[in-house]
Amino acid sequence: MLEIKDIAFSKEGKDILKGIDLSIPDGKLYVLTGPNGGGKTTLAKMIAGIEYPDRGSIKLDGEELVGLDPTERAKRGVSFAFQHPVRFKGFTVRELLNIAAGRTLTEEELSQLLQQVGLTSESYADRAVDSHLSGGEIKRIEIASVLVRQSKLAIFDEPEAGIDLWSFNSLIRVFENIRDRRQGTLMIISHQERILSIADEIIMIQDGKVGLRGPRSLMFPLICKNDCGIRAAGEGEGCECDR
Amino acid sequence: MSAIDKDTGELLKTVADFDPEKFLGAFNIRSNCMSIGRRSTENIKIETKEGEPGLDIRVAPGTKDEKVYIPACVTKAGVDDLVYNDFFIGEGADVTVIAGCGIHTETGEPARHSGIHRFFLEKGARVLYIEKHVGTGDQTAKKVIDPQTECFLAEDAYLEMDTSQLGGVSRSVRHTSAKLSDRAVLVIRERLLTDGDDTAETYFTVTLDGEDSGVNLMSRSVARGNSYQAYQSDIIGNGRCTGHSECDAILSENGRVDASPKLSANSNEAALIHEAAIGKIAGEQIMKLRTLGLTEEEAEAAIIEGFLK
Repeated sequence: MLEIKDIAFSKEGKDILKGIDLSIPDGKLYVLTGPNGGGKTTLAKMIAGIEYPDRGSIKLDGEELVGLDPTERAKRGVSFAFQHPVRFKGFTVRELLNIAAGRTLTEEELSQLLQQVGLTSESYADRAVDSHLSGGEIKRIEIASVLVRQSKLAIFDEPEAGIDLWSFNSLIRVFENIRDRRQGTLMIISHQERILSIADEIIMIQDGKVGLRGPRSLMFPLICKNDCGIRAAGEGEGCECDR
Repeated sequence: MSAIDKDTGELLKTVADFDPEKFLGAFNIRSNCMSIGRRSTENIKIETKEGEPGLDIRVAPGTKDEKVYIPACVTKAGVDDLVYNDFFIGEGADVTVIAGCGIHTETGEPARHSGIHRFFLEKGARVLYIEKHVGTGDQTAKKVIDPQTECFLAEDAYLEMDTSQLGGVSRSVRHTSAKLSDRAVLVIRERLLTDGDDTAETYFTVTLDGEDSGVNLMSRSVARGNSYQAYQSDIIGNGRCTGHSECDAILSENGRVDASPKLSANSNEAALIHEAAIGKIAGEQIMKLRTLGLTEEEAEAAIIEGFLK
């Protein structure tokens, strides 16, 4: 159980988060959505320890995370996939994923992991995680680095960005699979309609606060009427309420 | 072969991963200005050079898949070792040369090794040259390694040099020059780690005389503490050729690096590129690894290890 109470954060005189309260039970897929600049990514970074709140509490299974550094939070079961993944000169994909796993992955494990994100082990395992990889390739490796940790709480910041449609569909299946097997809690930040459509719950973050929250079936039409900026998967398509 | 003392044995292991008792091929071990062990084989002859300290290493034409070890160790303070080694690689040969130098001192006095190597690669010869430099023992003692390497590559020859200096050497000045004939290729990978008050300077001069000759120079370095490094390369293209020079450096603490890659194209068919990047470890890289469970120190160490790998 993730419990967030009264989390506030301001930067350069602007209030980014204005007292967020959220209770996230285990084993479900939650999608955080809402307008750009509403505070979704900042909240996620607070949970992972990448940013620190001005006030408030974040507890995972009853243990306070605020005050713990990102290393300690990772060890306690929080993972975070960055929207803009970093590149490393000198690390191969295999080495990065071994670090993420905390052990040496077998060839079979590596192959299955990369397959989940639309890459082949043969072509990618020994490639450097550097500027020779495209934006889509590096994004998929970032996602794999979180999947392999099998964390209590895995956070993905706009996983769809920079990924082609085929890989995106594959990624949706990966998220569905994790959701169906109840392997930890997934928290995905997204505007993407396809991702919203697989959520157990949708939480709308707006103007630094929790706006609406509820099961997918209830939230979908409400969010669209509120003009949250949901996009359809296909090129040029608007959200359902626009059609 | 003379008995190998403990310090020399450990240095041999470190710089060349070499056990002369087990290795069946050609080798020469130099320790404190003397050869303490040598073996030639049918295809690789090692002889004492006349007139100056050092060796002539002659690889017969057509020799394939053989290795020759030429490590040098200094284990006594006050030693200033100077050696001239010439490598004559016959036509069509394909061999690996493992050199390397280690200095170990305990008394605080300085010690130095200067290895002056010349490579003469005949037509179609291929050489992989592996060289590791290391200093151990008393950290206050100056340990100086000043290698100079000259390379002459005939038509279709290929020389790949993999050099590393990963700590403990107080001062190093490396000069490497090469002249390439038609279709000859030179690849150099250099890795450097300096710390404390170490200094390391690297100077490359490569002259691409031959048509379709090519060179690829890659230097990766980490400057920690108050250490200083200089990288200077000059690729001179005199015909249809390709050249690439790349210097990547990570700065940590008060480390400093100067990089001066120079290109000289004397033909409009010369295609030459240089790249140089110097900076500290990106905070995002540290943060990413911390979100994977590494501490800040572990993350920095992993990044440096990967970078210098």
